[in-house]
Amino acid sequence: MKAAILLFPGINRERDMVLAVRQSFGQEPAVIWHKETELPAGTDLVILPGGFSFGDYLRCGAMAAQSPIMRAVKAHAARGGYVLGVCNGFQILTEAGILPGALLRNASLRFLSMDTMLRVARADTVFTSHWQKGAEFRAPMAHGDGNYTADEETLNRLEGENLVAFRYADFNRNGSARAIAGIFSPNLRVLGLMPHPENLVDPLMGGTDGKPLFDALAAA
Amino acid sequence: MKVNESLAKSFGLNAEEWQKVVGIMGRTPSLTELGIFSVMWSEHCSYKSSRIWLKELPTKAPWVIHGPGENAGVIDIGDGLAAIFKMESHNHPSFIEPYQGAATGVGGILRDVFTMGARPIANLNALRFGDPSLPVTKRVVDGVVRGIGGYGNCVGVPTVGGEVNFHPAYNGNPLVNAMTVGIARKDKIFLSAAAGVGNPVVYVGSKTGRDGIHGATMASTEFDASSEEKRPTVQVGDPFTEKLLIEACLELMQTDAIVAIQDMGAAGLTSSSVEMAGKGGVGIELNLDNVPQRETGMTAYEMMLSESQERMLLVLKPERSEMARAIIEKWDLDYAIIGHITDTGHIVVKHKGVVEADIPLDPLAEAAPLYRRPVAETPKPAPLGKVESDVPLLAALEKLIGSPDLCSRRWIYDQYDSTVGGQTVKRPAQADAAIVRLEGSKRALAMTADCTPRYCVADPETGGAQAVAETWRNITATGAKPLAITDNMNFGNPEKPEIMGQFASAIKGMAAACIALDYPVVSGNVSLYNETEGRPILPTPAIGGVGVLEDAAQAVGYAAQPGLTLVVVGETHGELGRSLYLREICGREDGPPPTMDLAAERRNGDFVRAQIITGKVAACHDVADGGLLVAVAEMALAGDCGVDLTAGGDAKYWFGEDQARYVMAVQDAPTLLAAAAAAGIPATQIGSCIIGNKLTLSMAGAISLPQLRDAHERFFPAWFA
Repeated sequence: MKAAILLFPGINRERDMVLAVRQSFGQEPAVIWHKETELPAGTDLVILPGGFSFGDYLRCGAMAAQSPIMRAVKAHAARGGYVLGVCNGFQILTEAGILPGALLRNASLRFLSMDTMLRVARADTVFTSHWQKGAEFRAPMAHGDGNYTADEETLNRLEGENLVAFRYADFNRNGSARAIAGIFSPNLRVLGLMPHPENLVDPLMGGTDGKPLFDALAAA
Repeated sequence: MKVNESLAKSFGLNAEEWQKVVGIMGRTPSLTELGIFSVMWSEHCSYKSSRIWLKELPTKAPWVIHGPGENAGVIDIGDGLAAIFKMESHNHPSFIEPYQGAATGVGGILRDVFTMGARPIANLNALRFGDPSLPVTKRVVDGVVRGIGGYGNCVGVPTVGGEVNFHPAYNGNPLVNAMTVGIARKDKIFLSAAAGVGNPVVYVGSKTGRDGIHGATMASTEFDASSEEKRPTVQVGDPFTEKLLIEACLELMQTDAIVAIQDMGAAGLTSSSVEMAGKGGVGIELNLDNVPQRETGMTAYEMMLSESQERMLLVLKPERSEMARAIIEKWDLDYAIIGHITDTGHIVVKHKGVVEADIPLDPLAEAAPLYRRPVAETPKPAPLGKVESDVPLLAALEKLIGSPDLCSRRWIYDQYDSTVGGQTVKRPAQADAAIVRLEGSKRALAMTADCTPRYCVADPETGGAQAVAETWRNITATGAKPLAITDNMNFGNPEKPEIMGQFASAIKGMAAACIALDYPVVSGNVSLYNETEGRPILPTPAIGGVGVLEDAAQAVGYAAQPGLTLVVVGETHGELGRSLYLREICGREDGPPPTMDLAAERRNGDFVRAQIITGKVAACHDVADGGLLVAVAEMALAGDCGVDLTAGGDAKYWFGEDQARYVMAVQDAPTLLAAAAAAGIPATQIGSCIIGNKLTLSMAGAISLPQLRDAHERFFPAWFA
């Protein structure tokens, strides 16, 4: 699996993502500046990491969704390529229309930084194959705008088509609709989620709960 | 505006200082020149009241690479790496506009660190607020916490530690002290001394606006009822631009383009250009026409004094300036050549073809006022006398652990991103110091910020020593070796002898602790005039400590686990003077603070650290605010683990704040006790960690952990519900 990590100005978890990918994939991911117009040849997986792209001064992710590289990402996704967006990366994917819905301010109107428990909704995807269906794992969250929302019809469709990837299992702190923490695209090849599995991939980080995501991708 | 003595006075210069300015210039200065003198000679920039005392602090050790005098302190941490760190106050702006004041405090200290070539890896803070029953306190706490989070979270530097106190003495003067720690290769440190006649002076970062004009002067006066009117002198932070600036500067630092670099902090373009040229023994000429400007019609005076944020000043090698421009512009930042280095020894400022300022740099620096202000020593506190209370021990514990100064800080640190970067090994409330691993190395840094102002006000010398020792102890309790400190001296009006006396005594105590613990000061900041309508804050010498672990995996936290035995290291006499027990349970704030025995501090700490490094210590917690029983309760709560205390004792024993003590949790207590005995270290077994959800105190009953946790966690969420 050849990975490319996108770097928009203001992204700040790209180094964390490099660590997680390097450890599981056994190879160095490419880091691609947002003004590029093409992905490196042979890219299998595009990763949009967390942070505050363009300061999130407009809606979170709205500016980054217009960056030159995003045309290539849309084409990659349309071809059935793998895409992972975490936190601001998830927000960018929704702003780009690659995933449905939007991330609003947390219900508490405060930034939330703590570990949360996530439940795996299905284990038959390239992202989740190293978990059991229904498994719960710990993941740090760190966001001000993680309150997933979509219209009723979209939420019903996501659930009906089994496209919810993860739900908050302990406490839906940010107020997300139906406790949704992450969703898949209909072809199950694009995953967006708010918490940070990449920040728990080493016992010294406090655990390895997030490592199965990267191990599963590495094995795909 | 006519430049005369009266205008100088409104700029903060007294009559004698005004005469000196006229003497140096040989004429009446221009408005811009007066502005430059007034900010460079402000308390904030010149340290005119504190300099003679700061010299008493030890600043050298074999591992110190750069001590005070640079933008931040630099120490060798092994593996070819250096830690670069400093703590700085943003007190005055944070009172006037809490969110932006705190946010720009974080931004400013970050720049002090990355300007030297370091990637910032951790932020900490030391905060003091007024009486929590006042609405204004709630507003300030909320704004400051949001501001620190808003800035730190966005730039992507984890906020991993800090401390918070409440006291009515901070009602009109909250303290916001922000600390940044960064990492650089020790052979790639960047300094600020300009060199090379003809070399271009380059401006990088945000555009210059009219914000923050005379901020340094504001930080050099007391507050009064008109302070709210000073809101326009508080700057507005832009953490997104700061993030770009960090990445752009670090990328540029990979090249050989930079001769010198300094951030534009307090007094903006004035202090950066004057200090860079002054340190390099050269002159500097600026053409303000080229300064990127956010507003139209700005005057030379306004541009020189603006404190717009997120700006850097660089001296570059001329043949590299176009390559540098390409790197800076890649990050969408302004890049402008605004002047060059000269051999005149003057700063010359031109604007629209007119020389707006021409000042000789040596006299500007050397003739800067230096005051040995009168000092009145703080009278020694009367003995404590008899302490009486009929509150049962466990009821006192429940009240103490729920009090504003001791309750859980979860509500605060849950708003700070503590994991970004992927290197955080111990997050807030897991260990006595935050532990952050160094990328590409097994090593980790241990970092903490501490001060106990209620000790300092009673006895500034003891309090100064205690603040240094507490950081040393907190680092030691994780297993790390403490290396050096940064200090942030927050005091009242230095023109009052009793305040200057507090300052001098605190320095004396700090120096003694630094020497005894081999723990020099490498950077710092002084914030004076922390008074509102004549009422000073408690003397608050906040200390930021940094230590190193050779192997991050050796770090221990303080969570108790079933099966471990608890051993107290250090002597307990039961010193209740100025303790939280005395204040919260007995309603008294008197007596002397606990005694500092620096030799015992060193012995006990060295013993504890050596034991942790053997790998046989499962958890360790220093005994600080609230005393022994509070320390044990914090360990029980952190591990969600029952504790059975068999040692007997009264309130003095359980709540005394005797120094140089640690609680260690070990599998094999006999071996630990034998090692302590062999080393002549006092150590006592006090109980055990068990499966269960109670804290049981011999002869005094038990309290359930859920009840204790509810008390501990209640204050902040209830306050902000």
